[in-house]
Amino acid sequence: MKLTLKIWRQKNAQDKGGIVDYPIDGIEPDMSFLEMLDVLNEQLINKGDEPVAFDHDCREGICGMCSLFINGEAHGPDRGVTTCQLHMRMFKDGDTIFIEPFRAKAFPVIKDLVVDRSSFERIQHAGGFISVNTSGNTIDANTIPINKHDADKSFDAAACIGCGACVATCKNSSAMLFVSAKVSQYALLPQGKVEAVDRVLNMVHQMDAEGFGNCTNTGACEVECPKGISLENIARMNREYLAASLKG
Amino acid sequence: MAQSALLNASILKKVAMALSGLFLISFLALHVSLNLISIFSERVFNEASHFMGYNPLIQYFMQPVLAFGVIFHFVFGFVLTLQNKNARPIAYAKYNGAANASWTSRNMIISGSVILAFLVLHFYDFWFPEVNYKYVVGNLPDANRYFGELVHKFHDPIRTGLYCVSFVLLGFHLWHGFGSSLQSMGMHNKYSRFLSKVGYGFAIVVPALFVIIALFHHFNN
Ligand code: SF4
Ligand code: FES
Repeated sequence: MKLTLKIWRQKNAQDKGGIVDYPIDGIEPDMSFLEMLDVLNEQLINKGDEPVAFDHDCREGICGMCSLFINGEAHGPDRGVTTCQLHMRMFKDGDTIFIEPFRAKAFPVIKDLVVDRSSFERIQHAGGFISVNTSGNTIDANTIPINKHDADKSFDAAACIGCGACVATCKNSSAMLFVSAKVSQYALLPQGKVEAVDRVLNMVHQMDAEGFGNCTNTGACEVECPKGISLENIARMNREYLAASLKG
Repeated sequence: MAQSALLNASILKKVAMALSGLFLISFLALHVSLNLISIFSERVFNEASHFMGYNPLIQYFMQPVLAFGVIFHFVFGFVLTLQNKNARPIAYAKYNGAANASWTSRNMIISGSVILAFLVLHFYDFWFPEVNYKYVVGNLPDANRYFGELVHKFHDPIRTGLYCVSFVLLGFHLWHGFGSSLQSMGMHNKYSRFLSKVGYGFAIVVPALFVIIALFHHFNN
């Protein structure tokens, strides 16, 4: 495959940055998108140019590290996959492909396609946990009966890998899908009930403080989420938040 | 809740937009029912309009509440849009919004702005003359003037056309707005799915009725 890549290049956080064109040849349809970028980087290094910086780790859709806004969509045109699971067969010979970093005020660009998603970490720190006494008296979680329906929904919410595609794709740069998944995974379980009020208030407060936009229910996040996190979680978080606000 | 706190709490903003939107939807239902009468009976339309125009509860309580609802929904809508724009200071070079969200959901500000422009025209057409008639000139109540005033406004094909286009945009706005307001208030189950379908019906039927009423009076008189 012969392609034209239009890649966002930015030296550092202060640099203005811009799109640079890279023609590339010899790409196999069975290559993953990141392998294609590896090929490009090899060529750039051989020419003595600066390779394109991009995030990745597991390369099997687990870690949530890879990002990239490809041809106008977070994680590219495929559904239910991360960028590392995207394959070049989704493109045609001769295509022009825009490759940009995830864009949001709360995800500042560090270099090229690498963005700082530590705002997600800070939201997690604000309440995405349960407090457990680990002094030796810890009760095994399996001894607490949980109905299957709730357990399944909690598990589905916990599948969120914190990739940030929901923010990147949302026209408002809202982080509601991510935060709602993190709130829901605990809200549905008895272990999470104890800190439920503080959790939702603190996490939403942190989300707002980070400068994410307001959700207007376009549903784009759900479509682009590689883990199929449902909008149902956002509705649950809205309920939790309203109830918690009333409680104090 | 202090105003600044409301402006900074994303979920409260969602709920405020949802509640004001639902309130305006209920007003639309009332408005279209009244207008519909004008197709069937001049006399009943005049009576109903006169009742609305001189009932103190409607004039001094419902009308200010409605005005507040309208202004709140618009001002908040614009504020939210600005805040959301600021949440992404550098735009994407390529953004394929159509790949994952409907046009109506992505362009509420456009449909909303058209509705706002329409409201200005509508106020110019009906509300200002009404205020002028009652409070500035101080005419005595005339229970038979409303139908004539309504029909007169729909003589002009351009005005009738503008009204019809605005109603279509109103339909787009409602198409997303109704289901969205349920989701904002935390409803996401089989009932909200059913109600959303009712909302889609509302988004088609109500604007269509407004269009039919406007065209009826345009071509009939
Ligand atoms: S909700 Fe989906 S898109 Fe958002 S961070 Fe989690 S996995 Fe990624
Ligand atoms: S690199 Fe881990 S999910 Fe893509």
